[in-house]
Amino acid sequence: MKILVAVKRVIDYNVQIRVKEDGSGVVTDNVKMSTNPPDDNAIEEAVKIKEAGKATEIVAITVGEEKAQETVRKALAVGADKGIHVKTEGVLEPLAISKIIQKIVEKEKPDLVFMGKQAIDDDCNQTGQMLSALLNWPQATFASNIEVKDNSLEVTREIDEGLETVEINIPAIVTCDLRLNEPRYASLPNIMKAKKKPIEEINVSDLGIDITPRVQQLKVEEPPKRKAGIKVANVAELVQKLKNEAKVI
Amino acid sequence: MAVLLIAEHNNKELRPFTLNAATAASQIDKEVHAVIIGQNSESAAKKLSELPVVKKVISIEAPHYENFTAENFAPAIVKLAENYSHIVCSANTFGKNLMPRIAAHLDTSQVSDIIKVISPDTFLRPIYAGNAFATVKTNDAKKCVTIRPTSFEPCESSGGNATIENGEAGEEFSNTKFIKREEIKSDRPELGTARIVVSGGRGMQSGDNFKLITEVADKLGAAIGASRAAVDAGYISNDHQVGQTGKVVVPDLYIAIGISGAIQHLAGMKESKVIVAINKDGEAPIFSVADYGLEADLFEALPQFMEELNKLNTIQK
Repeated sequence: MKILVAVKRVIDYNVQIRVKEDGSGVVTDNVKMSTNPPDDNAIEEAVKIKEAGKATEIVAITVGEEKAQETVRKALAVGADKGIHVKTEGVLEPLAISKIIQKIVEKEKPDLVFMGKQAIDDDCNQTGQMLSALLNWPQATFASNIEVKDNSLEVTREIDEGLETVEINIPAIVTCDLRLNEPRYASLPNIMKAKKKPIEEINVSDLGIDITPRVQQLKVEEPPKRKAGIKVANVAELVQKLKNEAKVI
Repeated sequence: MAVLLIAEHNNKELRPFTLNAATAASQIDKEVHAVIIGQNSESAAKKLSELPVVKKVISIEAPHYENFTAENFAPAIVKLAENYSHIVCSANTFGKNLMPRIAAHLDTSQVSDIIKVISPDTFLRPIYAGNAFATVKTNDAKKCVTIRPTSFEPCESSGGNATIENGEAGEEFSNTKFIKREEIKSDRPELGTARIVVSGGRGMQSGDNFKLITEVADKLGAAIGASRAAVDAGYISNDHQVGQTGKVVVPDLYIAIGISGAIQHLAGMKESKVIVAINKDGEAPIFSVADYGLEADLFEALPQFMEELNKLNTIQK
C-alpha cells in the first residue's frame, strides 16, 4: 500500500502573528516557519502504518514556493521515502491545491492520501474534502484513530457531539486531528539520511491547471482589542463585581 | 437568486446552530430556502418551516441519509445548486466536513467560517486562529459560505409557515459506511453554547483537582472547559478543550482558572463577553484579555469563590 501525505509550510504556531501596517497581510519576513501541526500527525500516522508492515511506501508532497521544500525534507527525516515539491508562487486557494494534488494522485496512484484537518494560517479546512470530491473517493475528516483493515480503514472522527466511526474503502482520503498520535522528532542520523532521499520538483505550469484565485483578500486587520480590565483584590470583590457590575451571575 | 441554507439536525430536531446559520443566510439575501436531508426527519422539517426567515423548505429523504454522510449529501445539494446564488451552513464539524465537497463539485472557491456579512459577495473571516481578520470578496458566481455560528444570533424559531417541498434523493455512495456515533451525554450545558464556561489549565495540577472546577460549574450551571495543556497532561478528556485546536466558545462569562493564556487558547475564548482570570502568576498573558483578574493561588481562591457564591441569594442560570 502506498500513502501520499500532503504537508504545508506555515508560520510556526508559537509565533505571535503581526498584521502588516498597509493591511495587505501578516508579517512573514524573518518569522519562524514550520510544518502545519496536524500535517505532522498525518506523516506520523503514515510512518506508523508502514512500521506495522501495512504500507510499503510513503510519498510526502508540498505545494508552494522554494522554501516549502523544508517541510518535505522534514517528512523524509521522520520516515517518508520520497518527496514531491510542486513549485508555485503566491497564495493558492484550497481548490487550486486540491486540483494540483489530484494530478499528482493520478500520476503516483497512492491508495491513501493523508493530510492535516486544517492549516493554521488560512484556517480554511477545505483541501482534503475538496480532493476527495474531485477524486470521488471516500473521506474521513478530523481523524483521531485509524485502524487499517484488508481493503478499508476504520476511522474514528472527532465531531462536535462526540465521536463518530466510519469505515471507508481504499482508495480514500483522511484528514488528521492533533489527537491522532504524538508526532516523533527526527533523529540526527535520520536527518542526514533524509538529505539523500529524492525530491521530485514539478512546476505547477506543467500540470495544466487553472489556479487563478477566485477570492480576493481586500484587507487584513488586527482583531478589535479588548478593553483593558482590572485586577481585583480578593474573591469577595470578584464575586461582587460579577454580580453587580457585569451582572453575569 | 435565493440563498440555500443547509439544515443540521438529528432526524428529529434541528441542531441549534441551524438558527444561527439562518440568520447569516438572511443577511446575504432575504429569500432564504432551506434544504433538510435525512431519514424520517419530518418533525425537523416542520420545525425548519416555522423559522420566519425561511421562505421555502426542501426535504430530501432516503435511508442512506440517516447518518449525514457528506459523500451522500454533497451530490443531492449540488443538484439543487443551479437555482441559488449562495449555499450556506455552519462552520461546525458538520459543515466543515460537507461544504468543501459541495464547493469542489461546483468548481467554486469556498469562503470558510465567516463572522460578518459585509455584502452578498464580501465577508469578514478570522485567520491565524483569530489573530487577524481578513475581508474577502469572492468572484465565483456560485458562493459556498460557512458561518461561525457564535458570531450570529439565532433567528426566531416560530411564527413562520414555509411550504415544504420534497426533493429528489441521489444515489448512495457505497464506499463509505457509517458504523457508530458516540454522543457525550451530560446534564451540563454543551460547551459550545453554554452561557457560562469554567475552564481549568495546567495550574490545576491533577485530574482530581478538577473537582474544584466541577463544583463551581455546578453552582453556576456552567459548562466545563480546559486548556490544551490540561488535556495533554491527561487531567480531563479532550472534548472539553477550548482553543484553536478545540472549541471556540463565546459565553457571557468565561472563567479561566490556572490557565496561562497561550495564543492557541486565547483564540478559542477571547470573544467571550466577560472574562475572569484566576492565576498566581501576575504576568500571565491571560490577564491581558481578562475583564477581572485575580492574582491568587487557585487552591485558596476556589474554595473562597464557592463560599462567596453560596452567600448569594440568587444566581442567574
